[in-house]
Amino acid sequence: MNGCLLCEEETNRSLNWRQFFLLEAPPALCLKCHSTFERITGEHCRTCSKPLAAIDPAFIADGICSDCLRWEEDLTFQGVLTGNSSLYSYNEAMKEFIARFKYRGDYVLARAFAEEIKEAVKKIPFDLVVAVPLSEERLYERGFNQAEALAKEAGLETADVFERIHSEKQSKKSRTERLQGPQVFRLKEKTVISNKKILIIDDIYTTGSTLRQAALLLKQAGAVEVRSLTLARGQGT
Amino acid sequence: MPIPVSPSSLAAFLAGRLLLEEEVPFPLSNSPQLQFISGISTKNQFYHCERCGSTKKERFAMFPCARCGKACPYCRHCLMMGRVSGCSRLVRWVGPEPLFEGDGTLHWSGQLSEGQAAASDAVIRAVRDNSDVLIWAVCGAGKTEVLFQGIEAALLADKRVCIATPRTDVVLELAPRLQKVFPDAKVTALYGGSLDRHSYSPLVVSTTHQLFRFSEAFDVMIVDEVDAFPYSYESTLQFAVQKARKPLSALIYLTATPNDTWQKECRLGKRPFVKIPARFHRHPLPVPKLEWGGNWRKAIEKGRLPRNIKEWAVKRLEENKQALLFFPHIDSMERALPLFQQLDPSIEAVHAEDPSRKEKVTFMREKKIPLLLSTTVLERGVTFPNIDVAVIGAEDDVFTESALVQIAGRAGRSADFPDGKVRFFHFGKTKAIEKAVAHIRQMNKEGREKGWLDR
Ligand SMILES: [Zn+2]
Ligand SMILES: [Zn+2]
Ligand SMILES: [Zn+2]
Ligand SMILES: [Zn+2]
Repeated sequence: MNGCLLCEEETNRSLNWRQFFLLEAPPALCLKCHSTFERITGEHCRTCSKPLAAIDPAFIADGICSDCLRWEEDLTFQGVLTGNSSLYSYNEAMKEFIARFKYRGDYVLARAFAEEIKEAVKKIPFDLVVAVPLSEERLYERGFNQAEALAKEAGLETADVFERIHSEKQSKKSRTERLQGPQVFRLKEKTVISNKKILIIDDIYTTGSTLRQAALLLKQAGAVEVRSLTLARGQGT
Repeated sequence: MPIPVSPSSLAAFLAGRLLLEEEVPFPLSNSPQLQFISGISTKNQFYHCERCGSTKKERFAMFPCARCGKACPYCRHCLMMGRVSGCSRLVRWVGPEPLFEGDGTLHWSGQLSEGQAAASDAVIRAVRDNSDVLIWAVCGAGKTEVLFQGIEAALLADKRVCIATPRTDVVLELAPRLQKVFPDAKVTALYGGSLDRHSYSPLVVSTTHQLFRFSEAFDVMIVDEVDAFPYSYESTLQFAVQKARKPLSALIYLTATPNDTWQKECRLGKRPFVKIPARFHRHPLPVPKLEWGGNWRKAIEKGRLPRNIKEWAVKRLEENKQALLFFPHIDSMERALPLFQQLDPSIEAVHAEDPSRKEKVTFMREKKIPLLLSTTVLERGVTFPNIDVAVIGAEDDVFTESALVQIAGRAGRSADFPDGKVRFFHFGKTKAIEKAVAHIRQMNKEGREKGWLDR
C-alpha cells in the first residue's frame, strides 16, 4: 500500500504497468493532488523558464524576458548563469507545498517530484551538482536544507563547495540593494570547480538573484558553465 | 526585543502545557521546576509522538537531521504545530501552579428548562466529585446553558476548565458567550492561528487539535460533540483529551448523538449519563418523512431532477419557505445545482472547502438564498431559525445515524417556528435511516413522558 504524501489516499489505483511491475517507483502523489500543480509547459523564457504567456510581449525580446535582459545588462552578472529550468509555476498549491516542505520541515515531500527532477536533469549538461546552502542558524532551525533534500531524493550527489555568510534575511532586500550588496556566499572548496559545468539546485527561482550570486562565485572560481534547476518558478521582479 | 522574565511569567506561560523548547520565548534553565521529555519515544519498537500520541508507522518519516547529525524520525501528524523530531525536547512545568486573577461568579439571569436543570445538576456533581458524565441532549436542548453553573462551581473552587470542540466555528461562537456570563474571569479561545495562544486563564475554549499543546492542565474537561468528525475518528484526539486533563479531574461529554457503543453502555448502566430529550421551547423534534427518490444520481447525470424532489423544492419556493438540501458528495451536488437554479437562479450550494462558505451562510441568514444545497458541512453547528430540510440520497454511507439525526435537528429550532419539515429522499432504506427515525421518535416519547413537551 502506498499513500499519497499529501492526502494519504492510496496511490496504487493509478499505477501504470511499469510501476505495477516495480520497474518504476510508484507515484508519491495521488492524481488528484498532483493535478493541483501547474507544470511549466509551452513557451517560456530561454534563460529563466518564466512562462511567456503571462508577460506583456513588450517585455520580451528574442525569447528572453525583461528580467533576464536586465541581468545581462549588468556587467557583473552578464553571462554568469547560462540558463535556469523550473518545473512548476508557483501557484497556490505549490506555495502551500513549499511552505509545508521548507518551513514546516516535512522532509519526505522532497520525494514528491523526485522522478520529475530526475527526468529534467537528464536534459541538462553538467559535471557537478551543488545545492544552494543555508546559513548555519537557518539550517539548525529547519533541520535540513531543502535544496539539498530535493537533489538527494532525486538521486543526485551534491558537492559541498560553498557556504552562506550572510543570513537569509538578506534576500528580503530590494533588487538593486542586492545587486550592489556584498557576496552572500563564500567558497569552501575551489579545486573541484575549475573547468567544470555546474548545476545548482534550489527549491524556487523568484528574482534569480540568489542563483546568480552563487553562479558568479562559481564562475570566478573557474567553472566553465553554470546552470540551475528549481522546482518552482515564482513571479518575482 | 527581549521579554522580561520573572519566574512567575515563566510559570504562567508553561503551566499545564507541553511545548517544544523552541516555542518558549524564555531562556530555559535546568530548573527543577521544568521537566524535559524526548519528543519521540520508542515503545515496542514503534515510534510514539509525545505531543499527539501518534503511533501508526505511516505517520512518521525519517530525515537526515542537521541538529543531531543522525537519521532522525519526525511526526508528520502534528507537523503543522511545529515539527516534533527524535532530537526535539518537549518541556513542561512541574512547579507550583500559579493562581488565577479574577472572579468566577456567574452573571446570568436566564431560566433553565426542567431538562436543562437536571443536566446542570449532574454537571455540578461531576465537577465536585471529579467524575465522568455524558450529557445526551437533543439538538436545540440548549446545552451551553447546562454548563454555566458547573463552570461557576469549578472557577469558584480555583479549578481550571476547558471546553474542547472539534470546530473552530464553535470556539468562536462559544468563547464570547462565556465571557459575557463570566465577565470577571478571563476566557481564552484557542484554535489554529488564534492570538490567545499564550495567555494563562482559568476558562479555555479550544479546538480538540489545540489540546495537543497541553498536559495535565485541567480540573474539568468538557468535550463537546464527542461523536463529531474528526474527534470520533481520531485516536490521537482521544489521547489529547486524556493528556490535557489532570489525573484527578472531571470529564463531561456533550452530544445529541452518541455512537452505538455509547448508547449501549448507557442502556446497560455502564456509563453515567443524563438525557435531555426535549428542546428548550417544549415542542417535539420534527420526525423525518421517508420517500423513495429512485436512482436520483442517474437522473441528475441525465440532466433532470427526480419528479418528487423537484416538487418538494418548488413547493418551498412557492411558499417562500427556506430550506437546506443535503447531498452526500460534492460532485453530485454540483451536478444538481444548475438543475435547481433553473427553478430559481438564486439557489446556491456550499461545501467544506468553499471559499465563500461564510458569505453563503450569511446570505442564507439574510434570506437572500431561498434554498441552499450543502454537503454534510452544515450538518451541525449552524442554525437557521425557520427552515425545512431534505436529504437527497439518504442511503449513502456518509449519512450515519448521527449525521441524519443532526440534519433533522436543523429544523424547527426557534420557539416562533418550531415546526420545520424534514424529508429523507432515498434509493433504498438503510439501517442508519431507520435508526435515526427511531432515535428521534424515542426522544419525543421520553420528552412527553417527562412532561417536558407541550404537545
Ligand atoms: Zn493526494
Ligand atoms: Zn527570463
Ligand atoms: Zn505528533
Ligand atoms: Zn535530529
